[in-house]
Amino acid sequence: MDWFPLYNSLRIAAVSTAVVFFLGLAAAYYIAKVPPMVKGLLDMVLTLPLVLPPTVVGYLLLLALGPRRPLGAWVLDTFGLKLTMTWWSAVFATVVVTFPLMYRTVRGAFESFDETLAQAGRTLGLSGAYLFWRVRMPVCRQGILAGTVLTFARALGEYGATSMLAGYTPGRTATISTTVYQLWRTDQNGPALRWVLVNLAISAVVLLAVNLLERKEGQGHVFNREH
Amino acid sequence: MSLTVSIEKRCGDFRLNVDISTGSGRSLALLGASGCGKSLTLKCIAGIERPGRGYIELDGRVLFDSGARVNLPPQKRRVGYLFQQYALFPNMTVAENIAACLRRMEKSRRRSRLEELLILLRLEGQRNLYPRQLSGGQQQRTALARILASEPQAILLDEPLSALDSFLKWQLEGELREALERFPGPVVWVTHDLGEARRNCRRVCVLDGGQSAPVTDLETLMRNPGTVAAARLSGFKNLVPVRPGGEPGTVEIPDWGLTLHCAAPWRAGVAALGLREVRPAEKGETDNVFPCQVLRVTEDLASLRAALRPEGALPGAPPLWMELPGGTPPAGLLRVRVSPADLLLLE
Repeated sequence: MDWFPLYNSLRIAAVSTAVVFFLGLAAAYYIAKVPPMVKGLLDMVLTLPLVLPPTVVGYLLLLALGPRRPLGAWVLDTFGLKLTMTWWSAVFATVVVTFPLMYRTVRGAFESFDETLAQAGRTLGLSGAYLFWRVRMPVCRQGILAGTVLTFARALGEYGATSMLAGYTPGRTATISTTVYQLWRTDQNGPALRWVLVNLAISAVVLLAVNLLERKEGQGHVFNREH
Repeated sequence: MSLTVSIEKRCGDFRLNVDISTGSGRSLALLGASGCGKSLTLKCIAGIERPGRGYIELDGRVLFDSGARVNLPPQKRRVGYLFQQYALFPNMTVAENIAACLRRMEKSRRRSRLEELLILLRLEGQRNLYPRQLSGGQQQRTALARILASEPQAILLDEPLSALDSFLKWQLEGELREALERFPGPVVWVTHDLGEARRNCRRVCVLDGGQSAPVTDLETLMRNPGTVAAARLSGFKNLVPVRPGGEPGTVEIPDWGLTLHCAAPWRAGVAALGLREVRPAEKGETDNVFPCQVLRVTEDLASLRAALRPEGALPGAPPLWMELPGGTPPAGLLRVRVSPADLLLLE
């Protein structure tokens, strides 16, 4: 069995999770501070990919990144890089599709963060960066971890937008999900089933991790409330 | 060392207008009912909230000046703020909470300063515990140790005892006073409890509806509160609308249908009368004596509290309260006297 699709899916998910991790944190942190009107609008725009069909996201991305589209053509002319049909083209797709998951989970965690901790910290002479990384992050740890795991899982299974941006080239852009589709289409049920089982195993592990994190968080809350 | 604050801020319909200075007297109590702007004032001083306009100066350093566009961030103000709920970092132990705030100090001295603070605030045994494992008193001491670690030049206390039940309050109040005694800078102590202010601060400023009254000492405030809000905080039970009487030296209380002699001369702006002491009249006394109906008597721990209705009071008028040291509860009709010196004209 050729394990390339697993390797490719994992590297796409890993890169896009790393990107979305920081984007999501920054968005959740800064959007909490803007006026309510702007906040509502940004919130809607940033959450849109969560409810749009992935093929629509893929289509919109191709409108921007395709080799004959403005951004795609410019990058091709300037750097000689084609933004579509490579393995990392899929990262564009997974970043956009998974961003809302990270953003919304982290925002939820930040909203339950007691802002007086940050206010007290500032009066004590602690810098904004220190308070963010050493107080806010550890206190919101579980929500952030849960968001990261969800993001990774979603990126790993992304099909619609990925197949439109990266296509299916065995050994180059094939991921687990595009491979399953291709095998089924060409009537290779045995190999298709094997990949389905691999996918099920990964999903089970991820869900287990999310559940453990959430249970821990729940206990933490009860504990805090009693004291 | 002194702290001078003169700020204005609008929050919707609420207007804050505070003008205070600690002067040479180190500790100042900011006294007021809840919602009067006490916490907002502290937040403006600490730099958490931005005043609309005004001026804040600490020991010759300008912290905020809307005219000169100075607005130091909280980190540079060196103003310690003890939050009502202490705001300890829950992810750090007691020692870590304190050590995090020693960053202004040279590295070589941090270790010994941490030990010093743990001993000073009796937290050596709790150094490796997390805030949720501490009692209320230990949490407060940790918060104070953390503030002292940051080497502030002034300390603000936001209702420091309100999170505690009354048994602990006494003990913690003493501990807090002791810990603050060695602190050389100004201390602003926010409270709604006059007793607390009296025990811990020499000077006091009453804040009412966002407006600050002139800073005064506590004895003066108790003797002559000046405003209705101050009188209420000073424990006055009898506060009624008043207008000048027909003859000079008299005042009329329409609610109770009374005209009484008043030692203080009438002045413009007076809206209410505070009665400091009301007692049963003795035989032969006739000045400022009037008959009252006893409505009900409530027994307090060591005294009696009587609700009276002066004859001639309008229907629906508030009762006249009288406190008695004990003895037989009065009943029926009672002759009552208020000394002209005990009638205070309030704005």
